[in-house]
Amino acid sequence: MNVFVEAVVTAARLTLEGSPALWGVIAVTFEVAIVSTVAGIVLGAPMGFLMGASRFRGRRVLVALTNTAMGIPPVVIGLIVMMVLSRKGPLGFMGLLYSVDAMSIAQTLISTPIIAGLVSAAVASVPGKLRLQARSLGASRVQEALLVLKEARLGVLAAIASGFGAVVRGVGAVMMVGGNIEGKTRVLTTAIVQESRMGNFGMALALGLLLMAITFAMNGFLTWYQHSNERYERG
Amino acid sequence: MSVSDSGANGLALSGVGIRKVYGKKTVVDIERIDIAAGETLALLGPSGSGKSTLLSIMGLLEPPTEGQVLMDGRAVSHKDKSARSHMAAAFQHPYLFKGTVADNVAYGMRLRRVPAKTRRAAVTDALAQVGLEGMEGRSALTLSGGEAQRVALARALVLKPRVLLLDEPLSSLDPLIKGQLAQDFARIFREHGMTTLYVTHDQNEAMAIADRMVILRDGQAVAAGGVDDVTGLPPDVWTASFLGSEPPLEGTVVSTGDGVTGVDVGGPVVETVADHPLGARVLVGVRPEDVLIFDASADIPQSTARNQYVGTVADVQLWGVMYHMVLDLGGARIASRVSRASVREMGLAVGSRVQVVFKATAVRTRRLG
Amino acid sequence: MLGVKDPSLLRQRTLALLLAVVMLFGLAACGSAEEPVEPDQPAETPAEPVETTEVIIASTTSTEDSGLFEVLIPAFEADNPEYKISVVAVGTGQALEIGRNKDADVLLVHAKADEETFVAEGYGTDRQDVMYNDFVIVGPESDPAGIKDGDDAAAALKAIADAKAKFISRGDDSGTHKAELKLWAAAGIEPSGDWYDSIGQGMGDTLTMTSESEGYTIADRGTWLSMRDGLDLVIVVEGDPVLFNQYGVIPVTDANNQEGARAFADWIVSPAGQEVIRTYGVDVYGEPLFVPNAQ
Repeated sequence: MNVFVEAVVTAARLTLEGSPALWGVIAVTFEVAIVSTVAGIVLGAPMGFLMGASRFRGRRVLVALTNTAMGIPPVVIGLIVMMVLSRKGPLGFMGLLYSVDAMSIAQTLISTPIIAGLVSAAVASVPGKLRLQARSLGASRVQEALLVLKEARLGVLAAIASGFGAVVRGVGAVMMVGGNIEGKTRVLTTAIVQESRMGNFGMALALGLLLMAITFAMNGFLTWYQHSNERYERG
Repeated sequence: MSVSDSGANGLALSGVGIRKVYGKKTVVDIERIDIAAGETLALLGPSGSGKSTLLSIMGLLEPPTEGQVLMDGRAVSHKDKSARSHMAAAFQHPYLFKGTVADNVAYGMRLRRVPAKTRRAAVTDALAQVGLEGMEGRSALTLSGGEAQRVALARALVLKPRVLLLDEPLSSLDPLIKGQLAQDFARIFREHGMTTLYVTHDQNEAMAIADRMVILRDGQAVAAGGVDDVTGLPPDVWTASFLGSEPPLEGTVVSTGDGVTGVDVGGPVVETVADHPLGARVLVGVRPEDVLIFDASADIPQSTARNQYVGTVADVQLWGVMYHMVLDLGGARIASRVSRASVREMGLAVGSRVQVVFKATAVRTRRLG
Repeated sequence: MLGVKDPSLLRQRTLALLLAVVMLFGLAACGSAEEPVEPDQPAETPAEPVETTEVIIASTTSTEDSGLFEVLIPAFEADNPEYKISVVAVGTGQALEIGRNKDADVLLVHAKADEETFVAEGYGTDRQDVMYNDFVIVGPESDPAGIKDGDDAAAALKAIADAKAKFISRGDDSGTHKAELKLWAAAGIEPSGDWYDSIGQGMGDTLTMTSESEGYTIADRGTWLSMRDGLDLVIVVEGDPVLFNQYGVIPVTDANNQEGARAFADWIVSPAGQEVIRTYGVDVYGEPLFVPNAQ
């Protein structure tokens, strides 16, 4: 049991003392998570809106593809991105493999279908006539879409939180395309894998606690945001 | 864009050859529909008759499969943003957006980039018009059904639309509020002088609010005209039963003079103020509300009602608060509305003998051929 | 990787795993469960001609990657049918930690100093030399540091550092990483900077990244030979005695399966075990991957 105590103590010590190496790891973790979440929103939210709020040819196929993509293990996405970015791969000339950009690309491929799928579900819960109502007051297609996203705000926020959660706790893809290079592409999850491989279970667990704290803070922020809007929500 | 003179504010709206097909099903097929500038036209029909779809098409909310919408004679489409900006709508469900009452009412103005200060003043005015003074800060989603519907109307009115589209705006409300709002709506439409297309399945509402009505059945217009004409003289059996009256009687003019025309409807002679030549074939109809029933033995006070008959109750049905009664006048059948108290008091049932009275001015006629 | 080939053993393990999950949930519920959770069905005891027990070996990824276990384990199990071997392949550091927690019965690792400390602290009963292989320094054909065909490892590393040529370090506290750090120390260099990437990963991943980054790294010959066909790398330095890598076997004190651990340790240093090691790899690579040297 003392390894758990040790982990808590280590986590507290790490946070209080800090170290440039640890802050670097956390900074890269946030950079990748934020970039790939924002990219996931930019790509996934319009896709999710289309799937959830309109009927078009090929929609079922797109929905099925999105659901499949949500279920692809991150290591497979990592493998594909690695092969594409490899020096022998089609985009090898860009020299992106083992960089933070490569990690953001792989994680965006993970966050996009999650955000698209959940936004789609959230948007589908908004009555279609609400869009008709907005249109009748002069809204353009884009303004309609923004209104629907605003109406489905809680579901959309949950989608964003899920996307962020998936990329911040994902390890398979970032390990493969980032390479866990110290001071460059090491993030909390790959550091946890490494520390546990090295037998430093206490340290690994401490990093795990930090990761949990970040996720908790993110969810806490969203909950607070929801509450601050609640007085205008449906009772 | 030219503004019609006949309406203070409204624009004339027409639909020509409007057809809407979903898959293989034709839901709307209208040769022509015209709403004069400043007029309130009710689209009346049972559910599934295509009236909401027709409203969406006329309101440029969705394109027809075939046909053309004209605004003051100019062809317009759902892509025409400036044409759409003259219109606003409210639906059966108020579909209020998350936010305050003021946010909701100001939505269309924000889309039109109206400055915040102007918006605030306009919101205050619009809320006052619908009887919701000082409600700006309330959360829209905590309102009662009637309040929400008023906000929905204010949200449309605040845009000072020249064409207003209302799709069953009162049908989800309880009768008390419904009656009150119907009166308020009618007053507001008159004050604004806007052209209004009003979809409803309730003929009472249509009569309270509209100048003219079009009755839809399976996507087609089966009756059109002034509210009193259509309800008083339904053109066919289906329309009559939809409106809760008996089909019109067919008869021959047997007497004229003094501005009163007598029509033999196959037994009784019905007197009307219409002017038709002797021997003309005409259709005759009376609104059920205009038909009074008295006990067979009652001493009917002297009245101006020229039509007095003795008949038999052929059918009695309780419709809401009133009884719907079909009366046989010896070959001709007409309908009447009778209060529950009267039915109880007179002990009316199928077969009861009664005296039937209605005024000559309540009788509508149309010449055949 | 946990390799379990016997299906009956797999069933037992599945049941054990299920039990463990149930117990963890019970623990997580903080005693809210009033009654102890019992499995619905009693464990099946399959009829077995010979009762086997499992021996868990903690070893290193480089040993696993070399493929040696694929011939070593069947040979051992053929000689000792009462034992079934499962291999946990991790870094040397984690292997030793697993041994300290008694989660493995026997260790086969290659970090002599740490192994001796492990035994001295009483975690292992004894340590015996088993075999050695050697490390090679590999790099791109273009050889930006100009160290090709050398036999002085420390000098080569110094040249790499001077040229600031890309060097990928395993950085995972493994035997290979420790050997690399010893060489840097011998070269009098403390490696750091943009050219030096410490990645904390296994030998295979390190070689892949080295090839992709057109850098240098130190690899054990076994992994190098098994992977070289897919890599754009060549050996630049080999044969320096400091590159030799000694493997040891250590039965864990008070292990679960002490008899099995002892049997494995005794077998691998016996003539039978040593012969398997001597011939492994010759057919595929034309040269043995390991040199047996049990005393």
